[in-house]
Amino acid sequence: MERQPLILQILNILSAVLLAIAACLVFFYAPLELVMGNVQKIFYFHVANAWVGMLGFVAAAVAGIAYLRTHDMKWDILEMAAVEISLVFFLIAIVTGSIWAYPAWGTWWTWDPRLTTAAILEMIYLAYLLLRQGIEDPERRARFGAVYTLIGGLSVPLTFLSIRLFRTIHPALIGTASSAAQGGFDMSAPMKLTFFFSLFTFSLIFVVLLWHRIRLGRLAEKVEQLKLNVMQ
Amino acid sequence: MKRNPSSITHHASRITHHSPLGSFLRAVTAIAWKDLAAELRSRELLSAMLVFALLVILIFNFALELDFKTRSTVTAGVLWVTFAFAGTLGLNRSMAIEKDRGCLDGLLLAPVDRSVIYFGKAISNLVFMFIVEAIVLPVYSVLYNTNLFNLGLIGVILLGSVGYVAVGTLLASMAVQARTRDVLLPILLFPVVLPVLVAAVKASNGLLQGLEMAEIMPWLNLLIVYDVIFIAIAFMVFDYVVEE
Repeated sequence: MERQPLILQILNILSAVLLAIAACLVFFYAPLELVMGNVQKIFYFHVANAWVGMLGFVAAAVAGIAYLRTHDMKWDILEMAAVEISLVFFLIAIVTGSIWAYPAWGTWWTWDPRLTTAAILEMIYLAYLLLRQGIEDPERRARFGAVYTLIGGLSVPLTFLSIRLFRTIHPALIGTASSAAQGGFDMSAPMKLTFFFSLFTFSLIFVVLLWHRIRLGRLAEKVEQLKLNVMQ
Repeated sequence: MKRNPSSITHHASRITHHSPLGSFLRAVTAIAWKDLAAELRSRELLSAMLVFALLVILIFNFALELDFKTRSTVTAGVLWVTFAFAGTLGLNRSMAIEKDRGCLDGLLLAPVDRSVIYFGKAISNLVFMFIVEAIVLPVYSVLYNTNLFNLGLIGVILLGSVGYVAVGTLLASMAVQARTRDVLLPILLFPVVLPVLVAAVKASNGLLQGLEMAEIMPWLNLLIVYDVIFIAIAFMVFDYVVEE
């Protein structure tokens, strides 16, 4: 196996360092929120995780379209990588959200648009993985995967909209009058710094993970090819 | 005299093939008609969907204790769950028949655009769905003494079924080509068809409860938007699903 390129090695270490700094910022630098206290600190990583999940979701849909246009396997590998990363990060976002929601809303889960949409996204990803598992031919698997991410990419915004037509209690970050009552808050300057730092850190982690997963995907493709050669 | 050769060939092709839209529509009806004729003789798909739909309603009766008070709020939900479950049964079967007996390969050999196959199958699936709905509605009305003959409700059912079948036909043609096909379709279909189910249940419920049109309109708009988007997208990607 080829060695990791130098930039990737640097990024590995950089993302670990940045994650440690981000954690320090969250615990020691960011001020305590007046109403919610300590539990509010989970917000920095919660939003960053959800953000990475969104990045993966968009990347997968774009890679799906690119695959259908070019029939180039590299897009399929990117799509698979993006879906898997997005699946994990949305799960983390849901769990951290629940940890925050219990003290803030008094319940682990509500059928709010954002929560429901995140849950539906997880379902779509699991269905996607099951679909891929059931198909042996790599080229057909790639085509079906691309079509399904495309359909998912279109239906998820509509799901969000359809549930938004009910009332929502999830706090909106840019404060509306009622958001304070739902657990929203205004961010002070140190909070903003911590927040954007975490966001940047997790975006970097996303890139690093994506890179590793694409390398793994290429290897898997090679193994599959070798297997086919042996069988012939 | 100088004549443009392309206009001649174009003219000639017009004589033999009529207009492109006309031949497209004729091919679509031919495929849909083939399905309906086969079903008319065997009746295996419709009878399975119908019996299943009635069983689902029966189960709901015991699961939810459909007394008079609950009935008024859950009727829309019960109906749509029934349609969705019976629908997957029909979609799966209708595509499996094509795949098993090699009919799909035959259809793909036909010198027509691939989307013709999609629209033909979607129309026949839609007709099956409508037939099941047309029987389930009066049966439910009689069994639970609820009047479901409401023009608005029928409109919602039409719109919802179109969206459901538009995505369902596309996904079913993918699912039957996978190893795990019998279990795959509902898993693929339900998470992406959720907006249709939410909107259809809310709109049906609103109509049954006699809410004002202004409260129901957003759901109807959502249904229409979903139908248009997914018919268009299925039209565009169906080629990739049946490509060999």
